[in-house]
Amino acid sequence: MSNAYAVEVARLSFGYDAARPVLRDVSLAMPQGKVIGIMGQSGCGKTTLLRVIGGALRPGSGVARVLGTTVNDLGGAALYALRRRMGMLFQFGALFTDMTVFDNVAFPLREHTDLPPELIHDLVLMKLEAVGLRGACRLMPSELSGGMARRVALARAIALDPQLILYDEPFTALDPISFGAIARLIRTLNDSLGATSVIVSHDVKECLEIVDYLYFMAAGRIVAHGTPEAMRGADEPFVQQFVRGEGDGPIPFHYPAPGYGADLELADIRG
Amino acid sequence: MAPISNWRTSVAERRAPGAASRLLGRLGEAVTARLWRLGFASRFFGYMLLHSGTALRRFQLTLREIYFAGVLSLIIILVSGLFVGMVLGLQGYETLQRYGSSEALGILVALSLVRELGPVVAGLLFASRAGSAITAEIGLMKATEQIAAMEMMAVDPIARVVAPRFWGGVISMPLLAALFSAMGIFGGYLVGVQLIGVDEGAFWSQMQASVDVREDILNGVIKSVVFGVAVTWIAVFEGYDAQPTAEGVSSATTRTVVTSSLAILALDFMLTALMFTGGNAR
Amino acid sequence: MNRATIDVWVGVFVAAGFAALLFLALKVGNLASFSTNPTYQVQAKFANIGGLKVRAPIKSAGVVVGRVTEVRFDNESFEAVVTLNLDARYQFPRDTSAKILTSGLLGEQYLGLEAGGDGVMLKQGDRLRLTQSAVVLENLISQFLFNKAAEEKDGKEKK
Repeated sequence: MSNAYAVEVARLSFGYDAARPVLRDVSLAMPQGKVIGIMGQSGCGKTTLLRVIGGALRPGSGVARVLGTTVNDLGGAALYALRRRMGMLFQFGALFTDMTVFDNVAFPLREHTDLPPELIHDLVLMKLEAVGLRGACRLMPSELSGGMARRVALARAIALDPQLILYDEPFTALDPISFGAIARLIRTLNDSLGATSVIVSHDVKECLEIVDYLYFMAAGRIVAHGTPEAMRGADEPFVQQFVRGEGDGPIPFHYPAPGYGADLELADIRG
Repeated sequence: MAPISNWRTSVAERRAPGAASRLLGRLGEAVTARLWRLGFASRFFGYMLLHSGTALRRFQLTLREIYFAGVLSLIIILVSGLFVGMVLGLQGYETLQRYGSSEALGILVALSLVRELGPVVAGLLFASRAGSAITAEIGLMKATEQIAAMEMMAVDPIARVVAPRFWGGVISMPLLAALFSAMGIFGGYLVGVQLIGVDEGAFWSQMQASVDVREDILNGVIKSVVFGVAVTWIAVFEGYDAQPTAEGVSSATTRTVVTSSLAILALDFMLTALMFTGGNAR
Repeated sequence: MNRATIDVWVGVFVAAGFAALLFLALKVGNLASFSTNPTYQVQAKFANIGGLKVRAPIKSAGVVVGRVTEVRFDNESFEAVVTLNLDARYQFPRDTSAKILTSGLLGEQYLGLEAGGDGVMLKQGDRLRLTQSAVVLENLISQFLFNKAAEEKDGKEKK
């Protein structure tokens, strides 16, 4: 593929039903070989955007091109062929609970290649070594801690050496040590594989340290984008509130509600 | 064909039935919702059959499901069969000896089991034990994103997860029904011959003279296959279509047991009418 | 659960299932006696077949030699036409007679064959000449009452 962009999205809109669009007119371009972050509040549409990139959702309007192929109307064999070049890490790992760690990582290799068992054995151990869990290969997913499960899932996501790796909230509910481990792994794996990584997260500190470029989303739109240094010093008030973690600002603290006094007085009259 | 995950969005796009105040309106919407779901389930069934190649070529997958659906149901089937046969023996003897026909006990036990009780009761037990387990398993895989993960790894979850469970159930069901009937006849023999004292020779010889392999046993087997298809189809569909929450999985599991049981009883009536009265009706 | 254990248990399960089916077919059903032997068909006409049903046994000397496969009504002769499916192992003479009998006092009705003396045997499609219809209970009772009344009348006349 001569295309320099791993992911290109042009004027994308999506909504589960027409009345409430989740993505409004989103446009972005992610160059190959970089780590890109998509940040925003819960419910701003970043996970939905990730799903559209992965071909799991069909956009209502606009175009999404992934690794040179338009994913809008892709279905069946063509979609599966594209997905073999991608890897995805789900929020809590999504390991197959009825298989061992080894079998989990071996799954994509066994399903998509005809490699002999000895070779698969070595490949799996290499992937597990990369994430530091080679010794845990005989354990069942229920015996792993959250951070370990996430790392095994990462090993599984890179089993076929993908060109594009998608991360759905990889830092959620992790202790600080696992946090740092995952963050470093994302960066080093991306560089050693020569792949493009897209991280959807709301963990500011970690993301700012490992990403090359950042997009901020709010209410289904991209409100700001730039390099981490640019974002730190940005004027955009939403970005400032997000980066500093302020409770109130452009994103209000209170959910829209009628006047407080009126509400209480109403309760008074009744009571 | 569209990716299966898009089928999920088409379900989500369907708006929940509105709060129509008129009873007829609500009734109509309930009926159309059921029909819509039945149509969806049928498409799902067809897709699963078309993509059953993996389940049959990599038979180890199906073998595993035969273990979980069939082997693990053995205890409940064998014990229930034994007890049902024993009760048939007792109750049958009570009634028959009043007309001096206690030697027909063998016929009574054998025909009741082979024609009706074997397929139906084994089917009901299978639905509640294996059917609910299948629904819960698939539903939980959906709730923990394992199905989505499989899709993102370009592996069709219907071919890899659903189809083996379906064929495992269909293969297990007739075997379980046969085991149920056999245990039941043994139970009837225990009670009738050993306990009560009905003549052993009369018990078996009258049975052999009256139970026809083609008419009774084969029809019983056909029934159990039909029940197996119905129960397992409902179980995998409810699991696949479950809401990915705790309440969703639990309500899907209860729906499996209830719908399967009703389906078994309804199909039993239709098959019995077709098989056992059609020939004699004049 | 490793592969070997699963395989063994599934094997045991399937073997047990087939054993159960075999048990049902042989010990419970009538597979051992009569299933796929070659057969030939003959027909017989009856004035009244009573309660004779399709699949009723055909016995000769008390042994099952075949099954009734079809019961029709002939609109020309107003008689019942019964099709007999006989086991090819047993040959019957052309003048064999067929009677509709009852097993036990109030049991199922079956067709009884009494072999005749003819040298030529029945073949496929032949028709039995000699038949005796079923005994209809009402006719029997009315016959009995009629005979009783006739006896008394005779008795009165003699006196």
